[in-house]
Amino acid sequence: MKWFFIVLLLFKGLSASGKVFHVGAQHPYKTIKSALAVSNGGDTVYIHKGLYKEGNIIVQKAITIIGIDRPILDGDKKYEVLSIKSSYVTIKGLRVQHSGYASLDDPGGIKVYEATKVTIIDNELFDNFFGIYIQFSTNCLIKNNSIIAFGKEEQTIGNGVHCWKSDSLQIIGNNINGCRDGVYFEFVNNSVIWRNIVTDNIRYGLHFMNSNNDSYFTNIFSRNGAGVAVMFSKKITMMNNTFNENWGDAAYGLLFKEISDCHLSGNHFNKNTAAIFMDGSNRTIVENNVFSNNGWGLKIQANCMDNIIQKNNFIKNTFDVSTNGTLLLNIFSQNYWDKYSGYDLNKDKIGDVPYRPLSLYSVIVESNPTAMILFRSFFVSLLDQSEKKIPSLTPENFIDNKPLMSALRL
Amino acid sequence: MGRIFKYVMLDILKNKFVIAYMVMMSLVAWSAFTLEDNSAKGMLTLLNLILLTVPLVSVLFSAIYIYNSSEFIELLVSHPIKRSKIWLSLYWGLCGSLATAFIIGAGIPLLLFAEFTISLLMLVVGILITVIFVSLALLSTIIYRDKAKGIGLTILIWIYFALLFDGILLFLMFQFADYPIEKPMVLMTALSPLDLSRILLLLQLDSTAIMGYTGAIFRNFFGNTVGMSISFTLLILWSTIPFLVSLKKFKKKDL
Repeated sequence: MKWFFIVLLLFKGLSASGKVFHVGAQHPYKTIKSALAVSNGGDTVYIHKGLYKEGNIIVQKAITIIGIDRPILDGDKKYEVLSIKSSYVTIKGLRVQHSGYASLDDPGGIKVYEATKVTIIDNELFDNFFGIYIQFSTNCLIKNNSIIAFGKEEQTIGNGVHCWKSDSLQIIGNNINGCRDGVYFEFVNNSVIWRNIVTDNIRYGLHFMNSNNDSYFTNIFSRNGAGVAVMFSKKITMMNNTFNENWGDAAYGLLFKEISDCHLSGNHFNKNTAAIFMDGSNRTIVENNVFSNNGWGLKIQANCMDNIIQKNNFIKNTFDVSTNGTLLLNIFSQNYWDKYSGYDLNKDKIGDVPYRPLSLYSVIVESNPTAMILFRSFFVSLLDQSEKKIPSLTPENFIDNKPLMSALRL
Repeated sequence: MGRIFKYVMLDILKNKFVIAYMVMMSLVAWSAFTLEDNSAKGMLTLLNLILLTVPLVSVLFSAIYIYNSSEFIELLVSHPIKRSKIWLSLYWGLCGSLATAFIIGAGIPLLLFAEFTISLLMLVVGILITVIFVSLALLSTIIYRDKAKGIGLTILIWIYFALLFDGILLFLMFQFADYPIEKPMVLMTALSPLDLSRILLLLQLDSTAIMGYTGAIFRNFFGNTVGMSISFTLLILWSTIPFLVSLKKFKKKDL
């Protein structure tokens, strides 16, 4: 009896999946638009291999579109390629390329308008103005897409994944390369960004504006203008990400601007000009991160308050930290500093002498950038050594009272 | 000239101090490259060596050598040899032997471990610094007949270029902090061969990005061939002008 019901349920499930349409040169429907016109909600449209130049394709029904052998949808550099104006749409296995360029209505490769539960999986987006554009939408899943663009300057290229006034999005496992911002969030809340590889974008790898309660985990940000910029946002959780080689005159691994109550943990910062630049950020916890081979480990401006920087490794950075004022309202505790030369008599693995991570030269450079021409000169190392022994110019409270003797395993 | 040059060169190369200098250079250079996990760190250690040890050894050793061979110089002057030939052979002998010590000591590990173009640049700069400080030493031995004063002057020269000059630069930077002083600073660095060499090498060592705006100005100037050739010309001027002044004085000097 039980089996009968299960089979019945299965059968019902199959019958509910709707009709199937095939699009392709050897198939009943030659164009995608003709198949979409006759389909109804719950149907599936299979697009077979081929090049489809059909202008702007609008999806207004809850259907599933699946590409077989990666068909190419081309916008001819004039049109937005796929516009999704219905909820419960799935797009899978397509290659969407050459969308139009317009600065007023922002055409995208795939653009979602006021929809919920739209799924965009396993597509290739090639040379579009905006890659995937989500606006006024909720609960969308963007997974395993590859987004490649060839932006030269910020004005002429859009973002890889652009999200505007949305909620509960999932952006997972995408490869984003050569856009303006890899992923852009503005007024997007309660969303998660996970396991993406974001490289070589002109401006930021990931950009938060006025977005709250979001998280990003286990992403890789390499060689972007700046790895991640978090601006005017609250309660962002950032864990286990890697920030690599964001290297250039104004490049940062991670940029904080007017944010509060964020949590930054378990990240690796390697070879960035400045690993973290904190400007007006409050009540943020920075812990268990590794800062290695950066120009600056942590640039913390004097307008930052009540941040806790604890249990991080600072290894082989030119400057571990720098600041632009004399006031410090943040707490440094139990970090490992490779430049620390104190001792540990009671063997509790915490140095007995407090450590002052701020070098005199970094203070000088902050107030007078031209002093950078003395970089690595004998005079500067002499100044730094004497300041370490008898601190007189660096802020008194810029101190780690419990420096660790050996690096944390992170 | 050839025979005096050969004699001076061999005499210095047999000197225990120069052999010790060579051994120390190679020890530091080999350990810098084998102990550090990446060659960039080794390059920085070598940079410090070139900017501190090389000038100190060159300037001190040359001055002491000239003072110690004053009798030999007097003997040569009594022979029918042009004075300029004597002084030139001493100069080339000192430069040749100290540069050989530097090339053998630091050059081999450099060429083995580091990128070829950068290590070549480093070698050339190291040799130029050697030559510059030999010529400064010759000048100070001509200025003072007294050994103590002359050697004192050479030490002062070293302290000035290695330390005091940067202090003065920093002082000026703070005095003129309200003005756009980046470009004048490029000119100022030309007044010190050590600063010029340091910036020239740092621009090749991939640390310009953290030097920010100033670094960009320096890269614009030194990064292209014109800037490179200007700075090398400056270094060559630094190595010839003090020597030419000393040569002029030596010709007329009452020994």
